[in-house]
Amino acid sequence: MTDQLYQDRIVALAKAKTGAGKLASPTRSARRDNPLCGDRVVIDVKVDNGKIAEIAHQVRGCLLCQASASALASVAVGRNAAGIEKVRLDAERAIGREEGEAGEPFAAFAPVRSHKSRHECVLLPFEALKEALS
Amino acid sequence: MSFDVNTVRRQFPILSQIIDGQPVHYLDNGASAQTPEAVLDAVRTYETTSRANVLRGVHRLAERATEAYENARVEVANFLSVDPMEVVFTGGCTAAINLVAYSYGSLLKPGDRIILSELEHHSNIVPWQLLRQRSGIEIDVVPVTVNGRIDLNALPRLLTPRTKLISLAHVSNVTGTLVDVHAVVTLAKTVGAKVMLDGAQRIPHGPVDLSAMGIDFYVFAGHKAYGPNGIGVLWAKAEHLEAMPPFHGGGSMIGRVTFAETTWAPPPRRFEAGTPPIGPAIGLGAACQWMRTLDWKEAHAHEMALVERLMDGLQKIDGATLFGPGSTQNRYPVVSFLLEGVHPHDVAQTLDSFGVAVRAGHHCCQPLMDRFDLDGTTRVSIAPYNDNTDIDALLTGVQHAARTLR
Ligand SMILES: Cc1ncc(COP(=O)(O)O)c(C=O)c1O
Repeated sequence: MTDQLYQDRIVALAKAKTGAGKLASPTRSARRDNPLCGDRVVIDVKVDNGKIAEIAHQVRGCLLCQASASALASVAVGRNAAGIEKVRLDAERAIGREEGEAGEPFAAFAPVRSHKSRHECVLLPFEALKEALS
Repeated sequence: MSFDVNTVRRQFPILSQIIDGQPVHYLDNGASAQTPEAVLDAVRTYETTSRANVLRGVHRLAERATEAYENARVEVANFLSVDPMEVVFTGGCTAAINLVAYSYGSLLKPGDRIILSELEHHSNIVPWQLLRQRSGIEIDVVPVTVNGRIDLNALPRLLTPRTKLISLAHVSNVTGTLVDVHAVVTLAKTVGAKVMLDGAQRIPHGPVDLSAMGIDFYVFAGHKAYGPNGIGVLWAKAEHLEAMPPFHGGGSMIGRVTFAETTWAPPPRRFEAGTPPIGPAIGLGAACQWMRTLDWKEAHAHEMALVERLMDGLQKIDGATLFGPGSTQNRYPVVSFLLEGVHPHDVAQTLDSFGVAVRAGHHCCQPLMDRFDLDGTTRVSIAPYNDNTDIDALLTGVQHAARTLR
């Protein structure tokens, strides 16, 4: 084996499935597909005063996409759209799209940096959430 | 002739590479095959001794280029057992299907019907949908069986007097299944429909005799058949090409041009507007010639022995299942599988870290994936230069993915 993309922390995030599922009565819901690989993310949110009160996601996609959705759900509650953009910056830093050090939990995604074709897998849940919050 | 895999391997420079300390286990031939020295040499010879435009010059280089280009057409024709004047060079397989959908399609009337199957590549679906938008034809779809074969039992009830064309994959790029051409042609004849086969996944596995098949159109891509990128082939019966209007307009495809009226050149030039991909065509001619140096009976047996080794190995991995037929009968060496609880992209990514190249995803066959409610599959596609070490490296990688990713 050469590299270690699927390091324990990424696999653990995916397995944790934080926020996996649906909300009973979401304020908003949005779906994003990646036409290249077929990954699909549906995000439900309950928004209260502009802030996320509850979040759930259904991912039909790879482990990276699942891990990202799970990590995102673990830090989303209480944030507004601008707060989610800060989390996204962490994700983009982790995969080398932005300068600077990534904060947790997205620092775990550093091994994805050298796999350009997989960057979108990490970012797809953010795209869906952005739409749900717009 | 006898088949020796090491003799074949040595002709493919890319296979002797070491990347990050690992050999290349290339099992993504269905997406693009590798190319042998003979093809590289032919292209290099053209580029270094005969490079010029074709058909238009009187100088010696132009004559050499034209001769090499037309010889390539003859090589391709020999490979397909057809007349060279029925061989049209295109930019690829997709380009060839679009040519037929546009040009032959323009002869169809609103309400005419064509038949496709559920396992077609998007390139044999979307051009027909574009035609449907342009001219109001209807598209009927033959379903596939649970084994991933086109269900020909369902074909008769789709046939109508308005059915003009049946266009099917000769070999599936997902399941490797071979369509029963004789049955399709026999059924098509009952309503006078034409038959087109998408040979993209069949041609890399040896010569075909299109004249004997009773079909009307055939298409394939050079890069999947050990040739260069940017070249594909349309074969059609002379009478069809004769009746078809041009697809693209430009130089080389004309008889005489005035602003009042332009007449068309006869086929195949009518369909080769502008400067064609000359080097790639010459490379494809060389690829056909190279393929004919192999004993395909033995080469095919070798490929199918690898399929068997693969299927046996997958059977021993907990949670691995085949998508497609479980036998080696009436199929070619394209094998899809699923690993329970692990997404195909993660399987493929893990395999890459073992030096194994495969394809994962929907394989440009979303309707087929929808039919089986799949996110995608992992696909192993084998060429004559693959050997046991390729399959064994793959199986080791799949085992690793099964152990670590779920
Ligand atoms: C069955 C089949 N048809 C058509 C194509 C399209 O070939 P190209 O993309 O080279 O035009 C492919 C390639 O993936 C294929 O497998």
